[in-house]
Amino acid sequence: MKLTLKIWRQKNAQAKGKFETYTVEANEHMSFLEMLDVLNEELVNQKKEPVAFEHDCREGICGACSLVINGQPHGPMNGTTTCQVHMRHYKDGDTIVIEPYRAKAFPVMKDLVVDRSAFDRIIQAGGFISVNTGQAQDANAIPVDHDVASSAFDAATCIGCGACVAACPNASAMLFTSAKVAHLNMLPQGKVEAQQRVLNMVKQMDIEGFGRCSNITACEAECPKGISVTNIARMNREYLGASLGSEKTA
Amino acid sequence: MSWFTKFITSSLGQKLVMSLTGLFLILFLCVHLYGNMQLYKGDEGYAYNLFSHFMTHNPVIEGIAYLLYAFILLHAIQGIALWVQNRRARGGQGYAVKVTRTTNTNSFASRNMAFLGLLILVFLGIHMGDFWWKVKFGTTPMVTYEGEDYQNLYALVESSFRIGWIVALYVLSMVGLFFHLLHGFQSAFQTLGINHKKYTPVIRFLGWVYSIIVPLLFASMPIYYYFFK
Repeated sequence: MKLTLKIWRQKNAQAKGKFETYTVEANEHMSFLEMLDVLNEELVNQKKEPVAFEHDCREGICGACSLVINGQPHGPMNGTTTCQVHMRHYKDGDTIVIEPYRAKAFPVMKDLVVDRSAFDRIIQAGGFISVNTGQAQDANAIPVDHDVASSAFDAATCIGCGACVAACPNASAMLFTSAKVAHLNMLPQGKVEAQQRVLNMVKQMDIEGFGRCSNITACEAECPKGISVTNIARMNREYLGASLGSEKTA
Repeated sequence: MSWFTKFITSSLGQKLVMSLTGLFLILFLCVHLYGNMQLYKGDEGYAYNLFSHFMTHNPVIEGIAYLLYAFILLHAIQGIALWVQNRRARGGQGYAVKVTRTTNTNSFASRNMAFLGLLILVFLGIHMGDFWWKVKFGTTPMVTYEGEDYQNLYALVESSFRIGWIVALYVLSMVGLFFHLLHGFQSAFQTLGINHKKYTPVIRFLGWVYSIIVPLLFASMPIYYYFFK
């Protein structure tokens, strides 16, 4: 199949980018990223700069791939990362517009690569538990209710890809932050630091310049892992509880 | 900064302000609607004028009215501030292709809350100039019931709703209010942290019912007076 690609090209973070049009010969068995590999190979052969894009595991679990494909983060399918989109979903002669994530907190570094380190700093602010490392614990030493474990695991499946921010008309990072808060605050190991965690992570999220959630739910629709906005409600209520209920006055 | 200032100026605190003031305004609309329904009694405004007299002369209600003005302003100012912040967070370069898929919400309403809100704010300015200002500071025609003088607000309603552009503006604004409430009602609960398997479906249903019935009844009044009176 012959495809026309309109790809955002930008030399570096300071440069002004623009769309470039390419044609590529792909087949339906290729993944979306393999199709871009083919394009890049051609560009290298022509002694041109290949298109920069992020990828790592290529099996939908690492969260490295991104891209906004025809207006949708991670392309047209539900619950799928870009690397798991296959070319059989396109037909010969299609035009595909490929853009980087757009958000002030995710500045474009080069072409389709954005700096997502804001998410790392939100995790550093509270996305961890403080425990003594030592002997491995016995399994089931701490009882956890099955439903709670399931909900915590659902939240923990967030791969931190940033599609929620890319999809949100407000560029809000609340789905990501709330998934991390919910995952840890639901489990007994995370309960110890629950109040401080939600306060610190929300504070960092605000510092990074993400937008404010207005419950549009575009994040939930585009999340490749199907993270639910019920996590955002949980974060709202934990933040309210921690702000009003904690003994800290400053 | 005190803990409270930090809390209320944080992203989630700002949202909470929108939610709580919004819910207060939702309650207020019920009271306002109850008053307006007196127009349909067919008694040439007797019940309506008595009700408006009660609402403007009861000290407790007067107090709540000032709270209401403050909450309307707070809701509007905070809403505009959020809109500006969100525009800034999105960054200068938008998407060349824009698709907004959503789950469980009306995407037209949710994406346009700020514009719908501004429409309602403009309407509110005109609406208050039309009635509230005249009652408070202007000269309202008087009417006498059982030897006592009352402001004849009913006469103001009748004369206003004879003017075509005012009727059109009121009806258009109620369409805006419908969309604003359609998202705002259930969104207010989500912001408060209430998202529950048992209660959220009920809240969504009530939200739909409220958003349809309240603006519809409000809009029916100018239409009734313009076409049938």
